[in-house]
Amino acid sequence: MRVRELVEGFNLKPIAGEQGLDREVKGGYCGDLLSDVMAKAPVGCIWLTVQGHLNIVAVAVLREMAAIVITGGREPDVETVQKASQEQLPVLTWPHSSFELAGRLYALGVGAAPTP
Amino acid sequence: MASLKKFFFIKARDFVHAGEASIHIQSLLKSMHWDPVLIRRVAICSYEGEMNVVIHGGDGVLNLSIENDRLIIEIIDDGPGIQDISLAMQPGYSTASDEAREMGFGAGMGLPNMKKNADDIQIESEPGIRTRASMTFLLESPKETP
Repeated sequence: MRVRELVEGFNLKPIAGEQGLDREVKGGYCGDLLSDVMAKAPVGCIWLTVQGHLNIVAVAVLREMAAIVITGGREPDVETVQKASQEQLPVLTWPHSSFELAGRLYALGVGAAPTP
Repeated sequence: MASLKKFFFIKARDFVHAGEASIHIQSLLKSMHWDPVLIRRVAICSYEGEMNVVIHGGDGVLNLSIENDRLIIEIIDDGPGIQDISLAMQPGYSTASDEAREMGFGAGMGLPNMKKNADDIQIESEPGIRTRASMTFLLESPKETP
């Protein structure tokens, strides 16, 4: 499944990194503690978080993620948008909770892919 | 295998450039066609080490060296140092500021993650003067995490 299909299917709003929308989504991860995400998020995952600051981009790049979704109606910082655009990393927003989106993604077959 | 040495400066409290050294190292190792699992382990350790300097340390430097059968990441900063290293190694223990915690750091997982992913880790600290962390990765490594 591609990031683009999830964007269209769930009305996720692309804020940055549209060049990366054709990346394949291999799994999912929810987390707001960056060390936890850094240690455990599966490669190629879509990451659901309430964090919108710049440091999420480095974590996503280092974990080779497909995309970041900032949940709960929050918006990424301006620096996050700039950095994600440079890295061609899709940053999307979703107005409701991580729980709600994770449930829908899971129902669609985006599971917790094995690490790595 | 040829030997290689590189260094990167890390600035204390610079959350804007935090992680750039690790991203650089990751692309370098990828361009050298290293084992992806090994690259991920190095990236985790390098990132956590870098963030430790940004969050807790003074300005510092990250030295990367590859020689023969091993890769070594050494991070030295002239920060406040670590008072009690064995306490700092305990999962969940953290002295991070409220600012860092609000950003999702300071979960007390940094040093434990480094220990888990490196083949060897040595940490020395002179409180008030500096901290030096050295992590070794064997290129033919038995570790399979993460």
